[in-house]
Amino acid sequence: MSNSVFSVLSRFVEEYRSSTPNKLKMIDAYMLYILLTGVFQFLYCVLVGTFPFNSFLSGFISCVGCFILAVCLRIQINPQNKGDFLTVSPERAFADFLFAHTVLHLVVVNFVG
Amino acid sequence: CVNRFNYRSTHHLSTNGFYEFLNWFDERAWYPLGRIVGGTVYPGLMVTAGLIHYLLNLVHLSVHIRDVCVFLAPVFSGLTVMSTFLLTRELWSRAAGLLSACFMAVVPGYISRSVAGSFDNEAVAIFALQFTFFLWVKAVKTGSVFWTVGCCLSYFYMVSAWGGYVFIINLIPLHVFVLLLMRRFSKRVYIAYSTFYVIGLILSMQIPFVGFQPIRTSEHMAAAGVFVLVQIYSFLQALRERLTRQERQTVFSVALCAAAPLLCVCVVYLNCIGWIAPWSGRFYSLWDTGYAKVHIPIIASVSEHQPTTWVSFFFDLHVLVCTFPAGLWFCIRNISDERVFVVLYAVSAVYFAGVMVRLMLTLTPVVCVLSAVAFSSVFERYLSDDPPAEDDRKNSGSVYEKAGKVRKHVGVCEEGLGSNIKSLVSVLLLLLLLMFTVHCTWVTSNAYSSPSVVLASYNHDGSRNILDDFREAYSWLRLNTGPHTRIMSWWDYGYQIAGMANRTTLVDNNTWNNSHIALVGKAMASNESAAYDIMRLLGVDYVLIVFGGVIGYVGDDINKFLWMVRIAEGEHPGDVRERDFLSPQGEFRVDRSASPALLHSLLYKMSYYRFGEVQLDFRAPPGFDRTRNAEIGNKDVRLEQLEEAFSSEHWLVRIYRVKDPQNRLERNTHTHTHTPSSRKATRRKRGFIKNKLVLKKGRRVNRKQKRTGLD
Repeated sequence: MSNSVFSVLSRFVEEYRSSTPNKLKMIDAYMLYILLTGVFQFLYCVLVGTFPFNSFLSGFISCVGCFILAVCLRIQINPQNKGDFLTVSPERAFADFLFAHTVLHLVVVNFVG
Repeated sequence: CVNRFNYRSTHHLSTNGFYEFLNWFDERAWYPLGRIVGGTVYPGLMVTAGLIHYLLNLVHLSVHIRDVCVFLAPVFSGLTVMSTFLLTRELWSRAAGLLSACFMAVVPGYISRSVAGSFDNEAVAIFALQFTFFLWVKAVKTGSVFWTVGCCLSYFYMVSAWGGYVFIINLIPLHVFVLLLMRRFSKRVYIAYSTFYVIGLILSMQIPFVGFQPIRTSEHMAAAGVFVLVQIYSFLQALRERLTRQERQTVFSVALCAAAPLLCVCVVYLNCIGWIAPWSGRFYSLWDTGYAKVHIPIIASVSEHQPTTWVSFFFDLHVLVCTFPAGLWFCIRNISDERVFVVLYAVSAVYFAGVMVRLMLTLTPVVCVLSAVAFSSVFERYLSDDPPAEDDRKNSGSVYEKAGKVRKHVGVCEEGLGSNIKSLVSVLLLLLLLMFTVHCTWVTSNAYSSPSVVLASYNHDGSRNILDDFREAYSWLRLNTGPHTRIMSWWDYGYQIAGMANRTTLVDNNTWNNSHIALVGKAMASNESAAYDIMRLLGVDYVLIVFGGVIGYVGDDINKFLWMVRIAEGEHPGDVRERDFLSPQGEFRVDRSASPALLHSLLYKMSYYRFGEVQLDFRAPPGFDRTRNAEIGNKDVRLEQLEEAFSSEHWLVRIYRVKDPQNRLERNTHTHTHTPSSRKATRRKRGFIKNKLVLKKGRRVNRKQKRTGLD
């Protein structure tokens, strides 16, 4: 069982390396970085405590929000998904990404306290 | 009513600035506790009014804040009409949008909360609701992050305006979940929901009143659960595209077996240790409708929280309530992602409107939308001259299937007959719409146009009789009492007293502290001496009650008395019992067969003080209570620790002053023993002594020795 899972994973990584365009790989790297940041924040909270709670929440939600927005950008830029997004061109996707980030970070800065 | 409080807060905001408003601690309400207004109010309405006032004054259009408040609701109802148009246009077509906008403009269900002068949260909230739904539908249709962020901002405005935002944050996840089940889940929906949840979550936590509730209470857990589910599902979907079937099975089985039970266990565990709060009473009573009556009488006692009757449905919606199922059916027939949403909205709104009269307001927009869809579809079919091509094929097919049935619109040979029937149907529908408009106009002018503070009644010759007792009493309070006097009354009048009389109140419509209200209820229900102790404890100077016996006003305090008793019983079950106040047969009566506890209660005495001498007309005996149609039981009411300060013209509002404690008399050193328990025993009327004088011949009686000391 673990054998087959391992082989699945290795094949998956190989295919990923060869077939995805560079743009998407960049976004994936960015997503990985955000994921790690979020994990570290959560670990810190578990170890040190939740005071002040609103600051922890704002930091953590900022990570989650950036991650989700990056995922959305990746989905919208991916040329395989063009059929799903008739009104959203890659440029429009990026502009929306910036707009959403502006709103998200304004709120996060307000919430950090 | 709440208008007064909202106006008072907005006034405070416009005079003192935004930060003063957010940090306002009101010590003139809920004496002696005070109320943290900034943290317990939804600021959207006040901030909107304050902002409009500020902007207008900035361009030197000096409008008073009162005028802004009064006219805010009609202006926002115009915006609601436009949002309804946009929403229906996204769902169906422009024609349907126009119809729904027209319906929304006149329907009484919405007008009840958006007349000029109705300065309540719903005035702004329904606009926010419709606009949020429009943006959500747009986001689901296009899959663009821009529309989703717009939806989040509109959702934030809704959270700031009304507690009903919980409806949105449960309806949207339900929509996504149903789309998942229907296999209509696409990348657009994923983008829309994930972005909406995260940005909406952090935006909603900016409101002080909401605080950390979105991650701690059960009402918001559905949204979180669906979010996690959507992430897992999309991740698995993304993997599915890259792996072969064999690999898929291994990965899926591992993942599902691990993830799903873990998630469930997590949520249940968090619920059990109390980290996630259970459903709050207000929302739990929507599911378990019998819960509030037993456990939270305050919620059950509000008249707006009663179940809705059919009369209300027809009164508020007229013919729309009959055409609304037709629109629902049309939406189900031609299903798409966004129509699933409106179907879910309709079904849930119908359920909630059936539970509580107040929630008729959330039903009204969706009824307008779906009725417009129904009317529009029918008009489209019956007003157009040529039937669409694919219809012919479909209909001719169905004619062969169902041989016995005769179809109205089949094939080209039916043209001639069709046009007669078409015009007949069109004219009938137009007549329905005309009657609807007439009904709406009538309802608005009769039921929703009168102010609630001034009452009007009509004499038998048709002339109108204005009863301005409330304002008379409040202005008496304002002019004849000091600025720091404390008024005790039932919570219904709290905001009005604070707003119009500008005096400190004990309890008001916010009802955040049940124990305090129970204490006031206990004071009203106890006999005079026990009530006097409570009133001294709370520092009350005046007591205000509403008495409708002279004019037959049914909303007075004696009619509310049983609710006072129930609420007090919830907190003091040993001292106050509901059955003590009912007659031996179990009825609530005020005449001779009334229970003695009722006859001696403070509220009874205050209501009927001097009423036994009043003879309203020559046919009825003196002391005849017109509201309860009974002659009162105890006509000789005597008050010892209260004195009557004011009764309005028709005795509608009666104000009593709490007298200071009686003077202590000099004590003899003998009898100087502190017996605090005998306080009650020594309270007695002036001029009477406790023990009868015992006259012994030849011995001088010393009166002072007989008394065992006063308070």
